[in-house]
Amino acid sequence: MKVGIVRFPGSNCEDDAFHAVVDQLGEEAVMLWHKDHDLQGSDVVILPGGFSYGDYLRAGAIARFSPIMREVALHAAKGGIVLGICNGFQIACEAGLLPGALLRNDAGYRSMPVTIRVEHTDTAFTSAATVGQCLTMPIAHGEGRFAAGEDVLDQLENDAQVLFRYVDAAGEATVDANPNGAMRNIAGVCNAARNVIGLMPHPERAVDPLLGSEDGLVLFESLLVAAHA
Amino acid sequence: MTPTPRPGDPTITPALVAEHGLTRDEYDRLVNMLGRTPTFTELGIVSALWSEHCSYKHSRPLLRKLPTSAPYVLQGPGENAGVISIGDGLAVAFKIESHNHPSAVEPYQGAATGVGGILRDVFTMGARPIAMLNSLRFGSLDSPRVRYLVAGVVRGIGDYGNCMGVPTVAGDVMFDAAYEGNPLVNAMCVGILREDELIRAKAQGIGNAIMAVGARTGRDGIHGASFASEDLSHNSDAKRPRVQVGDPFTEKLLLEATLELIASGHVVAVQDMGAAGLTSSSAEMAERGDVGVTIDTLKVPVRESGMTPYEILLSESQERMLVVAIKGREDKVREILAKWDLTAAVIGEVIAEPVYRVTEGDRVVAEFPGTRLVTDCPQYHPDARESDAIIALRARDVHAVPPLPQERNSAWTLRRLLESPTIASKRWLYRQYDSTVRTNTVIGPGSGDAAVLRIRGTKKGLAMKTDCNGRYVYLDPRVGGRIAVAEAARNVACVGARPMAITNCLNFGNPTRPDIFFQFREALAGMAEACVALRTPVTGGNVSLYNESPAGAVYPTPTIGMVGLLEDVSRATAMEFREPEDAIILLGDPTDELGASEYLAWIHGVVAGAPPACDLTRERALVETLLESINARLVHSAHDCSEGGFAVAIAECCIGNPLALHGAMVDLSAWKAIPSRALLFGEAQGRAIVSTSDAAAVLAIARRRGVPARNIGTVKPPNEGLVIVVAGHSMRSPLMDLVAAYHDAIPRAMQRAPAEQVSVDLATGAPA
Repeated sequence: MKVGIVRFPGSNCEDDAFHAVVDQLGEEAVMLWHKDHDLQGSDVVILPGGFSYGDYLRAGAIARFSPIMREVALHAAKGGIVLGICNGFQIACEAGLLPGALLRNDAGYRSMPVTIRVEHTDTAFTSAATVGQCLTMPIAHGEGRFAAGEDVLDQLENDAQVLFRYVDAAGEATVDANPNGAMRNIAGVCNAARNVIGLMPHPERAVDPLLGSEDGLVLFESLLVAAHA
Repeated sequence: MTPTPRPGDPTITPALVAEHGLTRDEYDRLVNMLGRTPTFTELGIVSALWSEHCSYKHSRPLLRKLPTSAPYVLQGPGENAGVISIGDGLAVAFKIESHNHPSAVEPYQGAATGVGGILRDVFTMGARPIAMLNSLRFGSLDSPRVRYLVAGVVRGIGDYGNCMGVPTVAGDVMFDAAYEGNPLVNAMCVGILREDELIRAKAQGIGNAIMAVGARTGRDGIHGASFASEDLSHNSDAKRPRVQVGDPFTEKLLLEATLELIASGHVVAVQDMGAAGLTSSSAEMAERGDVGVTIDTLKVPVRESGMTPYEILLSESQERMLVVAIKGREDKVREILAKWDLTAAVIGEVIAEPVYRVTEGDRVVAEFPGTRLVTDCPQYHPDARESDAIIALRARDVHAVPPLPQERNSAWTLRRLLESPTIASKRWLYRQYDSTVRTNTVIGPGSGDAAVLRIRGTKKGLAMKTDCNGRYVYLDPRVGGRIAVAEAARNVACVGARPMAITNCLNFGNPTRPDIFFQFREALAGMAEACVALRTPVTGGNVSLYNESPAGAVYPTPTIGMVGLLEDVSRATAMEFREPEDAIILLGDPTDELGASEYLAWIHGVVAGAPPACDLTRERALVETLLESINARLVHSAHDCSEGGFAVAIAECCIGNPLALHGAMVDLSAWKAIPSRALLFGEAQGRAIVSTSDAAAVLAIARRRGVPARNIGTVKPPNEGLVIVVAGHSMRSPLMDLVAAYHDAIPRAMQRAPAEQVSVDLATGAPA
């Protein structure tokens, strides 16, 4: 599997994604420059976390106009796997690759471990997990409150596009377990074709027991299954 | 060449000289050096370079007494940052710096640009920043103005560091009325580099090009360095325009571009344009290289039209660097900057003629002989005399302070102390800082005595921590200076790292006052003693004087930033208990000392008594005991006793992580001669609480190292709470009580009023 990681000006989690893929999965990864038009034959494209273009205007609002994003959209349209993490999720929403929007957290910037529950396993990023599996990993964002119209939310639920929800230690999606005020505790979603996935928590920061959690590994291992399918 | 005054320049008058902060003597010295009257531009240059902030004119002679060498020190004081070798061809660059005055008038931008400045100091050495720490001091959270400052400073630190993608992993925060009008905001940055990529800020190579890189120069922050070198006053709010505005996005680009530039080999020197901007960066680079430089202000990329040489030289616009490019490689430098959408412009040249010359096109507007601009700065040796009032405070018998009626139940006192914002969990602050980005954080904020980061590609880890109890230094500067270093070393040793070296940020009042200069001299002497004893040389730092508001000086606060090395990062040890039925061992002895304690200050409003004694031989033995026990994997947790004494320390071991609580049952009746409040809440130094499944082995190591040690109890399940037996009675605290006190205190205090701006008359402290 070859993973392309897009480097926007202001990205700052691209190295972490690189290490997760190369050091932990033992797969190939390349950095993709935002000014280029070449995905270098990547099977999977990761839009990493950070503050692309300083998050000026609105998180992800400027990055979606980067030259590379045209190629990313084409890749997605052809069924290629695209994963947006944190700022990458915001960019994917701004680019129309994913439904919904990510608004300012109801209580400001939050950096802390959260627990998320896997809701569906029929996607490239969740296939190795089990439904209801709870994963602990960090969040670190100021604009991660998932929002959409009620009708869109209902449709996302009906079409099984809500992939991750913030939950408490007992696996319940409670108000207290919701770190940013996201509607229906939504932490991550996929598109209708199920090949573009976005989430606010950082699975790439949870792949090594030395750092406290390796719960993110199962998600990256899912990519491997999908890419080799 | 003799400079000619520009049309429109004000005439040099005594009033103008005074406005520039130069004394009569200093002005005479300047005229002597030049052999003529300075131009307005020259006056501006000298006023910045001879400000306390840039020149260290009151502190330099004493700073020379600090130990600065060890075989592994690659770069000591005098550069953008200190550098130590950690083996495997790798080195660590680190430095701490203050941004107190800007933060006092504009907390958000003041703190943000403080973070930006210290990051640049580290990456100009060729190091990639891997961690940020910050050491903060505020007045009481009862004050709405203080809450406004806390909220703004924390948001400023977070927004800048988070955007940069550098984790903020540790620090220390204290609250005391002494900091009410003059908060302290000290930021520390740690970076990692390959030893062979170390680069210095030393201009060299006649004919090489001097280039301005990064953001354009605007009118912001003009005279920031001189602002930082005077007491805060009623007029300080009017100086808000002197506070710079930060742009972390540009800094992030500048970071990547600079590291790429250094790796490319096209540049021979890099210097941050920080305090006093282009003036100090260019003059200091020339002085270090002992070469001449010439700079044309018309070639400096500016943000506003009509800027004068005076403004361009003294602007403190952020996110700018000065680099010396090898002659002929200027376009290569431009190319690298262009990749990151930044500009680079040739603005001058390294010349053989021993002169510091500034031109505006063909017109020479400033010219100083040789490097005398830097080397001729006056040095002062002010009088030092301890204040009688402080001598009296120290002599006071604090055991005579009558206990409150509620204190009959020590559990009440413990709960109350856990609510002190100085002691309480700082989660409200650090959850606003990204502490996990870059995926190296093994121990982050809140769970260890110091932060631990792994060093990729090796088995090693790096520990880091900031510390200083200003109240100790206030009541006895010599002892307080010693403790600041010893506590930092203890904290680093508690996570399993060998203390290696320190950077320091010396926050003091007005040095021309003999009582303040006494504090400065004695605190430095105490620090030096501890640095020698603990073998942790000083590799650099920053001096911040004039930390005074009309209410008086801050506590003398020589903040220590300590870096330590773990040979095997998998041995990193947190502070919280881990296993029920582990033995709890107290390393070091309790004493009847109670002076200068948080207990007296918070429960009784008393700041008095002598701070606890600091026996440096004992401290070193404690460090060795901790390291040997941790390296032998005997210890499951380690936590030092500091503010709040033994009782607070053991409570933190039980409830530090609210998601993994532990109970404990300990018996202190062996020390029945010690009054119980000193035993529980006194801050005797040289102590740590460790938990272990092999008590005998830990006790044997301690005995061999000469550290008193005693098995005092057992880790218990959470439902048994914390039980401490003291001379005949037992004090029992349900964990939920302790959790509520410790974890909710700061959030509750910060909720009391919306933290919007509250203007305040700095003279009276009353809301304006």
